[in-house]
Amino acid sequence: MRAAILASVAAGALLMAAPGGAAHGQERRHAVATPQTWSFAGPLGRFDMAAVQRGYAVYAQVCSACHSMNGMTYGDLASIGLTDEQVRQIAASQHVPGGMDARGAPVTRPATAADHFRQPFASVEAAAAANNGTPPPDQSRLALVYPGGPDRIYALLTGYRPAPPGFVPTNAGAFYNPYASNSEITMPPPLHDGQVEYADGTTATTAQEARDVTTFLAWAAQPHLAERHRLGVQVTLYLLFLAVLAFILKRKVWSDVH
Amino acid sequence: MTDAGSGDVTDGKGGGAAAWLDARLPVVSGFRQEYIDYPTPRNLNGLWNFGAILTVVLLVMLATGIFLAVNYTPTAGGAFASVEAIERQLPSGWLLRSIHVTGASLFLAALYVHLFRGLYYGSYKRPREVLWLTGLLLLVMVMFTAFAGYVLPWGQMSYWGADVAGKAVDAIPAIGPWLEHFLQGGDAPGDVSLHRFFVLHFVLAFAVLGVVVLHVAALHVTGSNNPMGVEPKGPRDTLTFHPYYTSKDAVGLILFALLFAVLVFFLPGLMFEAENFRPANPLHTPADIEPEWYFLPFYGMLQSVPSKFGGLLAAVGSILVLFLVPWLDTSPVRSARYRPVYRVGMGALVVSFILLGLVGRHHAEGGWMIVGRVALAYYFAHFLVLLPLSKRLERGIILPDSIASGMDAGA
Repeated sequence: MRAAILASVAAGALLMAAPGGAAHGQERRHAVATPQTWSFAGPLGRFDMAAVQRGYAVYAQVCSACHSMNGMTYGDLASIGLTDEQVRQIAASQHVPGGMDARGAPVTRPATAADHFRQPFASVEAAAAANNGTPPPDQSRLALVYPGGPDRIYALLTGYRPAPPGFVPTNAGAFYNPYASNSEITMPPPLHDGQVEYADGTTATTAQEARDVTTFLAWAAQPHLAERHRLGVQVTLYLLFLAVLAFILKRKVWSDVH
Repeated sequence: MTDAGSGDVTDGKGGGAAAWLDARLPVVSGFRQEYIDYPTPRNLNGLWNFGAILTVVLLVMLATGIFLAVNYTPTAGGAFASVEAIERQLPSGWLLRSIHVTGASLFLAALYVHLFRGLYYGSYKRPREVLWLTGLLLLVMVMFTAFAGYVLPWGQMSYWGADVAGKAVDAIPAIGPWLEHFLQGGDAPGDVSLHRFFVLHFVLAFAVLGVVVLHVAALHVTGSNNPMGVEPKGPRDTLTFHPYYTSKDAVGLILFALLFAVLVFFLPGLMFEAENFRPANPLHTPADIEPEWYFLPFYGMLQSVPSKFGGLLAAVGSILVLFLVPWLDTSPVRSARYRPVYRVGMGALVVSFILLGLVGRHHAEGGWMIVGRVALAYYFAHFLVLLPLSKRLERGIILPDSIASGMDAGA
């Protein structure tokens, strides 16, 4: 029981920038993440939707305790392959601010598909106060804006190690992680073996969870990536064909000039 | 039934609605005269495609921009979220926005090619001065429009870009701080400035369309210049615009559309600055504030001069000096093809401009500072020294008698 409480407290703070985020300008050293093979990489990449769905489970059960995802609505989950009914149920399980009642007291209501993801904290200040002084970053575009991208997110999530002798974090209570800036991070190790239960029966190892949630974050950062690539191939082929026709036409028109 | 005036309107012999309209407003015969039978020099090369390309990109920008504006909230509190909603929840919103953002970059790219073409082939010379001046006015207007547009998503780069622009205004002696406060509507970019940028972006975009009409009208008064810079002297030197240049422009447009599509669909990372996907945070300065690539040469000029105000003067002056080019260049020869000194000078100018862009990227630090100063010195020397002197340096130039004879000679 105690472990469960600890886990849920520890759950959040995924991928937080190093403490003292305002000093972002300085060079901050960290280990270089090993490049991974991702389904979404490359000009024709598309998402492994099973991994995205499992990653959403990790996000919902772990990350969302501390990290907001302000750009997303519950309805957006329809495009990872969930049915409208599943989306409705997920939304309804979340309670979002619902204005005030007749006496002026704030009330909540079950969310709908059109609602944005519930924010874990009422304000940035509250988020910072609950997380050792550093507000957990919003995850809507994290895979795009985090230096190092998905490779480093995966490396960071699986990279917690016992601190080497002599490691003194600049921020008391920070953890050692060679992939974090300056090798320290305020976020406690968020993932553990068996932490989430996957609906598709996949064994939830830490590495599996990290891989799935990274895929989910990459999807959330670029939800239209696969559609973009598919449309891109069609448009490019069409234009190439058109270019050939236009070139032949031009040659024919100009044949009496030279 | 008849009055004195109505007798002057003679309906076309074919009759019908088109002839009726044409007798009252000559849109049909006007179009035929200016876009079908229009005599065009027969030797235009691919660089002459970019006028048509720019027109089409401008229309694409206006079309996508209107749909984006309808879904955009011009407030500091709501702008970022409204852009996220366009990208995520608005059907095809991501595509509209990607086309608009890519279009902005490619518009500036095509504009630079178009400008370079005009400089290289002497298209600014008598009798095309007004054509040149309206074109430069368009360049300035497009730059303001592009900058204002970049601020609108209110991400980190938007905010801090606006902040750098404000600081540049602040560098003006005496009135600078007051002017910055006045233009920004506060001490830092905020709600008021964002609203103004939105209005500026929208109004300027349509003003650009208006000036394009003037630019094209001026073009059709003088006719196009050409790679030889020799005026067409008769039918042997020209081709009708249609079908010759309509078919040629079509090829250029489709190839340009291909580049556009590859950027939109496969390389959006080149067009979108990742840092701008973070919402504006006035308390957190990004590590590296850098404008879009098309402003980098001017950013390089700004930083190459030791004094802030001096840098501002250099950057603004680098555009203003272009307005004087028709009068700085006294050589009667238009095309750089026949001007050995000017041709080398043009090459050096392009190199300087690109170098200044790299200097801007590297914040004029270390050796880049020296490179920046040399390139900046050449940029101004090219216009203020080389152009006035080139007439004396280039003697004995023999131009072809006509375009046709020049082409027969294999020039």
